[in-house]
Amino acid sequence: MDLSVGLSTRDLNLWYGDFQALKNVNLNIRAGIITGLIGPSGCGKTTLLRCFNRINERYGNVTTTGEIKIFGKNIYDADVSLIELRKTVGMVFQRPNPLPISVYENIVFGLRIHSGKQNLQRSATDATVEEALTAVGLWKDLHNNLKAKATTLQLEQQQKLCIARLLPLKPRLILMDEPCSALDVEATRHIEELMLSLAGQYTILIVTHNMAQARRVSEECIFMLMGELIEHNSTVDMFISPQDRRTADYIEGRLG
Amino acid sequence: MFTATPLTLKNERSEKAARLVFLSMTLLMVIPLLLIILHLVAKAWPILSLDFLIKNPSHGMRAGGVFAPLLGTIYLVLFSLLIATPLGVMTAVYLNEYARDNALTRIIHLAVVNLAGVPSIVYALFGLGAFVLAAGIGRSVLAASLTLAIMTLPVIITSTKEALSSVPFAFREACWNVGATRWQTIRHVVLPNSINGILTGIILQVSRAAGETAPVMFTGAVFYKAIREGDFFAYGLLDQCMALSMHLFTISTQVPDVPDALPYGTAVVLLGTVLLVNAFAIILRVRLRSRKKW
Repeated sequence: MDLSVGLSTRDLNLWYGDFQALKNVNLNIRAGIITGLIGPSGCGKTTLLRCFNRINERYGNVTTTGEIKIFGKNIYDADVSLIELRKTVGMVFQRPNPLPISVYENIVFGLRIHSGKQNLQRSATDATVEEALTAVGLWKDLHNNLKAKATTLQLEQQQKLCIARLLPLKPRLILMDEPCSALDVEATRHIEELMLSLAGQYTILIVTHNMAQARRVSEECIFMLMGELIEHNSTVDMFISPQDRRTADYIEGRLG
Repeated sequence: MFTATPLTLKNERSEKAARLVFLSMTLLMVIPLLLIILHLVAKAWPILSLDFLIKNPSHGMRAGGVFAPLLGTIYLVLFSLLIATPLGVMTAVYLNEYARDNALTRIIHLAVVNLAGVPSIVYALFGLGAFVLAAGIGRSVLAASLTLAIMTLPVIITSTKEALSSVPFAFREACWNVGATRWQTIRHVVLPNSINGILTGIILQVSRAAGETAPVMFTGAVFYKAIREGDFFAYGLLDQCMALSMHLFTISTQVPDVPDALPYGTAVVLLGTVLLVNAFAIILRVRLRSRKKW
């Protein structure tokens, strides 16, 4: 098994009731880089993303066949704990969704629910909060304001907080579902810079509608259409010389 | 330019008329409520005193106070809600947070909705058959509380479900995606953010439990029972008790020559208790609104 492969799927099919949302998706995503997932609305990008921590199963009537391996482990194996899977595979959403509690508690929320009642020392959680907020560049702005309710922050800060919230759980893969579509240009730039600084340490998969964004942040890119994977290539190659006519049509704005 | 045509003028006139009609209907609605309260208090005035609250009825229900029925009503409301609240809230949590949309869930939902529409006399008969006779509890505070609990359950389930579903779905997603189980999500996020709404819904059921006559008349409330005045633990769970609603019914229809002020006084106590509890619910709801900023 190639160690540089972070994530792979084989013959992945997914149905919502009778509707097939993913058709025979086969892919290998390299560990430690940012991979962009592009395609028109309804092509299955978000669905594919949600497969990787099996959160799809929480949304009701979903059937999946095929295999998904994350760092070599098939996540449909019987011995896979969904709790452990979701700790390792974090997710960031389109709209920032901090919990309506303090900044501090948002960061340690994951730790709290995964440790026994009294196992968390105050000093340890303090360190965790500082480390996570520093990693996303919020420490300077917020260290005097850790008790502030997270839902009252600016959107950009909220989104950074949502990324920071994943870090104490030591994730290896971070899934981002259009993380900037609710943000303005400046905030988008800051989140993109943050993503680039996190790449390497984490494997990042980002769904985006913004093709310029895919070009800016991703090293490799995947184009999907109607539940099928059309093309997977390095971002530079895909945008300069797409192999498939449909990819070219989409990139140049004739499709979607 | 911009001058009114005859049609515009007509529209403006009907707009004014419509506003006036709606406003007057609203005011009209308030008048009966005020009249009822004024009428009750005025008629009850001579008898209202602390003594009226802490003395038992006496002289064949023609004098004295309402201590025994008031305490009975407090018992019935308290116990019925103690039974109905955990059951109702847990059912609502299951339906809202766990249940998938399938035939079983739909049947349960249908049952809840239909139960909410069953007349109280039917609950009374059910309580009599199920708790008093079949379960062998006998006519008692317990049987009556159980009957009231069954009666309030569907509404508690519905209001709790509403409170739960008002918590944004994004919060649940946030929790699930850091590996929280459903229960952890419910405990740490959903319940804390809906508890005020849940409580408001439950408290509003106090007035129903306190006001219904039929269910308690069939299952545990009696015409007259003397208890020690001032003793708040005077009733046992398996004792029969008096209740304000039934007391009001008996002294206004079953006992001759009751002084006018007595039933009015009883009504004021009943209404006062309910209004007090409802006021508490309103305060809760206002606090809920100011806290709920996400």
